[in-house]
Amino acid sequence: MDTVFGIQFKGGVVLAADQSNARSILVYQNNLDKVTKLSSHSAMGVSGPNADMVNFTEYIAKNLALYELANDGTKLSTKAQANFCRNELAVALRKGPYQVNLLLGGYDEKDDAGSLYFLDYLAALQKVPYGSQGYASNFCLSIMDKEYREGLTEADALLIIEHCIKEIATRFLINQPNFMIKIIDKDGVRVHSFGGDPADT
Amino acid sequence: FSSSLTMARRYDSSTTTFSPEGRLHQVEYAIEAINNAGTCVGILGNDGIVMASERRITSGLLAPAKTSEKTYKLCPHAACNVAGLTADANILIDQARLRAGRYHYQYQEPIPVEQLVEHVCNYKQSYTQYGGLRPFGVAFLFAGYDENHGFQLYQSDPSGNYSGWKATVIGANNQAGKSLLKSEYGSSSSSEMTDEEETSPDVAGALRLAVKVLNKTMDGTAAAAEKMELFTMKLDESGDVVHHILTQKEAQAVIDEVEAETASAGDS
Repeated sequence: MDTVFGIQFKGGVVLAADQSNARSILVYQNNLDKVTKLSSHSAMGVSGPNADMVNFTEYIAKNLALYELANDGTKLSTKAQANFCRNELAVALRKGPYQVNLLLGGYDEKDDAGSLYFLDYLAALQKVPYGSQGYASNFCLSIMDKEYREGLTEADALLIIEHCIKEIATRFLINQPNFMIKIIDKDGVRVHSFGGDPADT
Repeated sequence: FSSSLTMARRYDSSTTTFSPEGRLHQVEYAIEAINNAGTCVGILGNDGIVMASERRITSGLLAPAKTSEKTYKLCPHAACNVAGLTADANILIDQARLRAGRYHYQYQEPIPVEQLVEHVCNYKQSYTQYGGLRPFGVAFLFAGYDENHGFQLYQSDPSGNYSGWKATVIGANNQAGKSLLKSEYGSSSSSEMTDEEETSPDVAGALRLAVKVLNKTMDGTAAAAEKMELFTMKLDESGDVVHHILTQKEAQAVIDEVEAETASAGDS
């Protein structure tokens, strides 16, 4: 049910996700943050059961932090982080799979560019210029196919995101009133906007 | 000193025991063993690394070596030189190769050189603390390239300690070699610059310096291409790391250059 999507632009990545936490016919909350910061310049939009979502993202984030501590501040590139995630998913797959579908976005100083990776619960990994997870794909992918081009600015990318959100609001059966949008660029991971403040208890 | 030696006998058989003076004798003995091994010189140049080692031909009846006894490739961007027990070294080299491969499998990126060195060293260290096994009688020179820190040269010993060097020597007569490096590394004879500040040589200059050092440590034996193994690590035009063991001809050319240099230096 979760809606997660993202677009790469020149110098960064935008990640967006809905904020509903629901099971069956009950909505628990409308201010859940499904885009978790992994490291100073990367974040992951996650779709799946809340337990796996939290468990997996925290596990990855803490392992990345450990890497930096153990290796004198050396940062892992976005590609390396994505491959690390993939490996963890692959190992768990035939033991106790993480039922999470992700979009991992990050910025690398080395290339002065953003990159976006699509991972699913079967440990598939693909670098993509834009992507989405869940039912949202049915609505968003065709919009992004049409509107994405190389060298988008941040503003352009945000317009496409807005367009996608409008489409989902109009056409998707399930009501998702709130969206969390985060931007990753040379200055790190920042919140662009949200519908519901995750800090509200 | 002699009394602590006789006392040491009681504490030196087990690697995992400190002596009353707070020493690990087995580790120290292992380090001593390497001082009898063939010399290895490592020099960090500004465009690459040189590792030169003494080839010891123990018998004329030995079949010509198909592979080096001194230089080993660990992964596309790292190699090492060995001083000490070859059989011990083989185990550690396997460990290093496995670690480099596994890192690449996990991250799809080359392992940062220091991480590889630290892994091998942690493995060595465990043999000084657990299991009652003797330490590895091997010292390494690691040469590698990664994007974070460029070319790097590391030295490690049986204790599991390691450090990064601009130039260093291990094996027989390493003290003589090191003192030569101290005076000659970064001076104008081995680099293009003529400033007073220390500058690193290019690989060609480092090769000449390495041969000079080997000449000194192999003092008494005439410098010859078959008695030395010269290894270089550089980047090619596409930015890939190139490992190269000099051919007999190439090595002889360097030796000749050094001979000419020392001859003319004597004149001026």
